[in-house]
Amino acid sequence: MLPRFWRKIKYRYRLVGSYCENCGEYYHPPRNLCPKCRRKGSIKEVPLGSEGTILSYTVVHDAPDDFKLQKPYVVGLVKLDCGAVVTAQICCKPEEVEIGKRVRAVFRKYSEEGEDGIIYYGTKFELI
Amino acid sequence: MRRVAVVGIGQSRFGELWEKSFRDIVIEAGVEALEDANISGEEIEAIYVGNMSGGRYLAQEHIGALIADYSGLAELGIPSVRVEAADASGGVAFREAYLAVASGLYDVAIAAGAEKVTDVGAELAIDIMSSSADREWEYFVGATLPALYALIARVHMKEFGTKEEDMALVSVKNHKNAVKNPKAQFRREISVDDVLRSPYIAEPIKVLDSAPISDGAAVVILASDEIAKKLTDTPVYVSAVTQASDYLSLQSRKDLASFKAVKMAAKKAYKLAKIEAKDVDVAEMHDSFTIAEIIAYEDLGFCEKGEGAKMIREGETEVGGRIPVNVSGGLKACGHATGATGVRQIVDLVRILRDGIVDAETGLALNLGGTGATAVVSILRR
Repeated sequence: MLPRFWRKIKYRYRLVGSYCENCGEYYHPPRNLCPKCRRKGSIKEVPLGSEGTILSYTVVHDAPDDFKLQKPYVVGLVKLDCGAVVTAQICCKPEEVEIGKRVRAVFRKYSEEGEDGIIYYGTKFELI
Repeated sequence: MRRVAVVGIGQSRFGELWEKSFRDIVIEAGVEALEDANISGEEIEAIYVGNMSGGRYLAQEHIGALIADYSGLAELGIPSVRVEAADASGGVAFREAYLAVASGLYDVAIAAGAEKVTDVGAELAIDIMSSSADREWEYFVGATLPALYALIARVHMKEFGTKEEDMALVSVKNHKNAVKNPKAQFRREISVDDVLRSPYIAEPIKVLDSAPISDGAAVVILASDEIAKKLTDTPVYVSAVTQASDYLSLQSRKDLASFKAVKMAAKKAYKLAKIEAKDVDVAEMHDSFTIAEIIAYEDLGFCEKGEGAKMIREGETEVGGRIPVNVSGGLKACGHATGATGVRQIVDLVRILRDGIVDAETGLALNLGGTGATAVVSILRR
């Protein structure tokens, strides 16, 4: 997993995504090709901003081994103000989360590969 | 394109088949299908086999060759193709076999689906199932497959007032239907209370909203109209098999309360079959999670958008209702052997139409991959 993770660190640690200069759409995760314009598109790398609104959420109770210590944890779909949507954990108590609540991106640990393995960091959100 | 019929069906039991291997269950289903069609190996010209993850479940790739070998068809040199589209692998394999016969390339072809899941532990099995969504941008943050369906369910609940009780009704109906299916994994009834009291996996999805992880294999034999008429007095004709794609991850989709690929595949299928949604008499659907069946009612056009919950509440999809759905027990109660499921749905649809299990002339099957990035719609007529 190491090279696969390391390659995308820039986009995981900060909310950097893609913007198509032809249609004006923002994308997360980053894309090399605009799915709307395809060959006519012109993709540029841009920061996506850090605030947005919760579109949907779930409280995960049955988690894979990597997330065992965190459960129950909240996963949400966050629509950033630029329009791109991000799947991420939301750092709050299960009873606090609601569709429509405003959130801000924060840098947090996600999981680790055993005791000697690498630690995976990434973007989570906290309630504003 | 010429007319194609299903002339033989077979399947293993679905469930935790500890005593049987991958090759055992494939051959069991295959032999049953050949006997049903009353043909021998010599007539078969190609095999298409749906299998989601032999590589991770069994550390075995080259599944096409393995199946050709153990079915005795490698002896005859028959070409064998493995098809992978997560839990739509079976549906896509059926479509490939159908297209090969419809195009005139072959007169007789096999569509098989098989998965052996219980050779790994439950933890790893869920990890493998979650590979059907975006590994790098969904599973990485702890969004398992049930969590992703939970995100979809939450939007549907918010937009249309669908309730956890409505989802529970899907599970109750499908368990009730499975009692009569000798090949089903769970042949026992459950109550709405049982579902609501079962623990949450990812809110609002509970253990009893979720299809189990199952071993199983299913096989159908397809033939040209000409051959079918020689083999059987009761062919079931394939009117259409269509397939559509959507974005792999939920974050890229505009509408989370419906499956775009289902709508597109259904529209094309109705057009090819020259029917409308209201002409469908019976359906097998992809209820990997109960919310998926409710949304499918809407996306397939069986009711207006947002009225899926009303359909289940009013009993329209029960046996004896307007459109019985998942007479087999569905993925929830018949079992969900990932790569086998799409072919198993066709086996059950043929069984229902041919044996008159419910009074129906036109049947539809909907098979989904992952969170709906692949959808396959098949329409069959007796």
